[in-house]
Amino acid sequence: MRYLPKSPADREAMLRAIGARSIDDLFSPIPAEYRLKRDLKVPRQMAESEIVDWFRERSRENADGYTSFLGAGAYYHYRPVIIDSLISRGEFLTAYTPYQAEVSQGTLQSIFEFQTMICELTGMEVANASMYDGSTAAAEAVMMAVRLTGRRSVIVARSVHPEYREVLATYAFHQGMPLSNVDFTDQGRVDLDALEKSITPETACVLIQSPNFFGTIEDVAAVADIAHKHGAMLVVSIAEAISLGIVEPPRQADVIAMEAQSFGVPLGYGGPYCGVIATKEQYVRQMPGRLVGQTTDKNGKRGFVLTLATREQHIRREKATSNICTNQALIALMANIFMTVYGKVGLRELAKQNLSKTAYAAAQLEKRATILFSGAPRFNEFVVQSSEDAREINDRLLEDKIIGGLPLKKFFPELGNASLWCCTEMTSRAVIDKAIATFATNDREAVQEVEEVAR
Amino acid sequence: MAYPADFKYTKEHEWIKADGKTATVGITSHAQESLGDIVFVELPKVGTEVTKGKTFGSVESVKAVSDLYSPASGTVTEINADLATAPESINKDAHSAWMMKISLKDSGDLESLLSSADYEKFVAEES
Amino acid sequence: MKHPTPKATRHTNQNEGLIFEKSSPGKAAWKLPPLDVPEVDVAGTLGASERRDLGNLPEVSEIEIIRHFTRLSTWNYAIDLGMYPLGSCTMKYNPRVNEVVARLDGLANAHPYQPEKLSQGALRILKTLADCLNDITGMDAITLQPAAGAHGELTGLLMVRAYHESKGAPRKKILIPDSAHGTNPATAAMVGYAVENLKSNANGMVDVAALSAQMNEDVAALMLTNPNTLGVFEQEIHKIADVMHAKGGLLYMDGANMNALVGKVRPGDFGVDVMHLNLHKTFSTPHGGGGPGSGPVAIKKILEPFLPTPVLISADDGTLGFDYNRPDSVGRVRAFYGNFGMFVRALAYIMANGPDGLRQTTEDAVLNANYIRKGLDGAYDLPYKTPTMHEVVFSDKLQAKEGVRTMDIAKRLIDYGFHPYTTAFPLIVPGALMIEPTESESREELDLFIEAMRSIAAEVEEDPAMVLGAPYTTRVSRLDETTAARKPVLRWKPAPASPQNT
Repeated sequence: MRYLPKSPADREAMLRAIGARSIDDLFSPIPAEYRLKRDLKVPRQMAESEIVDWFRERSRENADGYTSFLGAGAYYHYRPVIIDSLISRGEFLTAYTPYQAEVSQGTLQSIFEFQTMICELTGMEVANASMYDGSTAAAEAVMMAVRLTGRRSVIVARSVHPEYREVLATYAFHQGMPLSNVDFTDQGRVDLDALEKSITPETACVLIQSPNFFGTIEDVAAVADIAHKHGAMLVVSIAEAISLGIVEPPRQADVIAMEAQSFGVPLGYGGPYCGVIATKEQYVRQMPGRLVGQTTDKNGKRGFVLTLATREQHIRREKATSNICTNQALIALMANIFMTVYGKVGLRELAKQNLSKTAYAAAQLEKRATILFSGAPRFNEFVVQSSEDAREINDRLLEDKIIGGLPLKKFFPELGNASLWCCTEMTSRAVIDKAIATFATNDREAVQEVEEVAR
Repeated sequence: MAYPADFKYTKEHEWIKADGKTATVGITSHAQESLGDIVFVELPKVGTEVTKGKTFGSVESVKAVSDLYSPASGTVTEINADLATAPESINKDAHSAWMMKISLKDSGDLESLLSSADYEKFVAEES
Repeated sequence: MKHPTPKATRHTNQNEGLIFEKSSPGKAAWKLPPLDVPEVDVAGTLGASERRDLGNLPEVSEIEIIRHFTRLSTWNYAIDLGMYPLGSCTMKYNPRVNEVVARLDGLANAHPYQPEKLSQGALRILKTLADCLNDITGMDAITLQPAAGAHGELTGLLMVRAYHESKGAPRKKILIPDSAHGTNPATAAMVGYAVENLKSNANGMVDVAALSAQMNEDVAALMLTNPNTLGVFEQEIHKIADVMHAKGGLLYMDGANMNALVGKVRPGDFGVDVMHLNLHKTFSTPHGGGGPGSGPVAIKKILEPFLPTPVLISADDGTLGFDYNRPDSVGRVRAFYGNFGMFVRALAYIMANGPDGLRQTTEDAVLNANYIRKGLDGAYDLPYKTPTMHEVVFSDKLQAKEGVRTMDIAKRLIDYGFHPYTTAFPLIVPGALMIEPTESESREELDLFIEAMRSIAAEVEEDPAMVLGAPYTTRVSRLDETTAARKPVLRWKPAPASPQNT
């Protein structure tokens, strides 16, 4: 087998050196009744070309050549090519966790840069070296607030991504953390009155998302006031990282739990992505996940190490801040390179393009359907409501190889025939115009009318 | 004598010095030596009730964490704020780098603890 | 008089700074295409939510970015460069075809919410991998959702808890051997269980008598690693499983050491009820400097109702889809479906091997570990004489006499061109040297490793002080971890502005 660097002669010689007659000797500790006597039921050994062909077939079966208006926690942005050029280097791709700092300075320094840039973007003082994804980062951030306040209950905005809320419920269930929801107003934002009424002295934190699941930017300051007034912490989840280029970050938050997928990470059918937790310096010892710190070697040279390891599982074991071991280092490196490529000026320009495309699409669609939550600012997503079932509209769009916005009936049945639409810098005007034309009606004349107006 | 005669000691390597109804608590020089460079000390808030034999905090080196066990029961009246910025003072002089002061619930708690001679013997036997 | 050769201090590659230190206003690595829609009035749209200041994000050009990260990469050790003898990490070759297939457009750019009928390719990948892993483990069903091993442990224990609750009582405790990986007790605590330590016997294995004594109706499960962290197969596994099952408990297996078992024996056959796999260990997906991983959890039928939502199903016509109607599910452990990119890679690895390749891989892994055990015989203390599977644990007992410990030997190993082995774990061996070569090492590499380790053992006898000062050949010498923990500096900060800087 071509990945195995041994000749039959090597194996013979090694067995002799060990004093074993055959390889079976080395497996004798396995009781005979359990030894597998047949081949595994896996595909037969394939040539490299066959493997590529097989996956290429799968790729073709997978919406090849479609454009999409899907967002909802996973965003299609352009990935600068140098990301893959650099992360494909064997020294990054095949390196281990940087526990031995002297031979891992490449990984450590790049994580340190990542931590720095996340702090700059989020307005927080410290950031970790990544969590699994935005959903688990939000759950871990909430548990952090519970540990810090010593209180047990949590209020979660319904405008937080429904799957994030499901994950939190799973984590919270066995930690004795009662969860309660707070609803959104017709502006699509957290209902502040309802929040004020439901917060108690037992509330550890309030969890919101901004821009929220609907794309609407929350009134973070107002939510923070209410939470802090009652001694609770504010945890803010951010699913669309590009928003940080043009939307003021939630500086009033105590903990931010981010998803960095938008920063150069492929959609990849849902993973791997890159969560991050960022917070104030005073909370760092309760923050889970790896942390890289700057230090010096015995000659005074600057270097980087994993630090504050005593929070982690391999030392604290059952008293650890979390059980997390792996981080998303390679994905964080993609995000790191992305943030470096766009930088201070580029990130804002990129965000502005997203904002412009979405504003245009929403304005055009408004002529054919209802755009919900218009009373508050939004970033690159919006909710459309029409008299027609969203799935039927989407079926029509599929004929033009367009995947429409996410139908929301499953998550928010009270919104009726609503769907969530996202436009990024990758969404061309032509596709937007075509989608809008097809959206409203299957009457061809009305379609042409819309196309003319749009021109 | 390596260990101050007017202290009492636990088998978990804490020391306690009673002064009437109050007492001062720290860890021994043997403890700091086994821990190595101390980087962080987690202490209870003033007003916390501590119980003899139960944990009251922890001390961390780079690669390890050790729980701290209270030599006596009582209420925390003061904690050593210097340890937050200079935990290394424990490495320098563990017997002066006190951690907390407590008002004793029962000064009889100290009777079962080791004297400095007994503690010295205990340490020698352990290693 | 001897003039020592000055070590170069101005070499560009060796002195690459932080990217922020190269930043300068006006430099750019990006260019966006012109906007084909009207530019939005930002202030009008966002109002008070508009961000005015992007702070200290860098402004650099493309070549500076390429040089920066390329230089950084040269400071890393990697599998592509040489062996990582790290115990229980299974640092095997990361095949490049995996990287190619993961980047195929229809897979790399698939949105998780795209219609199922347009995702049959992705779903077929999930199904094929799931079927392979079920047969490899000898289990009945599997979830691919968990993002990593520890996450898989969490998912597995959540299902254990749900199972016991369905029987009337969740029970209170999880038994964990003292040789276990730290994630095991950390996970048990997260699921609301108390951890009870199970002492290993004199051979470092599970003490079945102790287990019988500790097992009762309050214990939900035993979390076992098999082979254990000493690299030894628990030969009494049948008795262990029986003890657990007799009192209604479950046997959880940490699958970190599957590299000793694939194709030779299946955990499902020896009594395991639930286990996680580490795709980034056994199944060749790249470590990438610390992640991503993927931790699928395989189960027996009895736990099927509790699988995380959604569950992959096949319709009668063979169309694949997700079933969200799972009333007894433990819920979700993450958004979307799992680290799909890692599924692609793991499946490509399985296909490149086939059943014969997988079996040969396991045999070579075990052969290599035994070869090292023989080669280091006498140079290092071997605390447990039980038969070795895919990893072997020595101790620093002989070297400790000279004041040299496992970490020091590990640092000296760097000077010989190897990454250190796992130091100070498992905890049941004081001063442990835990070595797992994997099947990816040739005899030549193994001989070099053995020679290096024997040479260090000799150095310890002749010049322990020299070993204590290692490494000498790296860009940085031993780093001050104490100050890094006492006074953490976790981000770069710009120098305060002064009149001259403006």
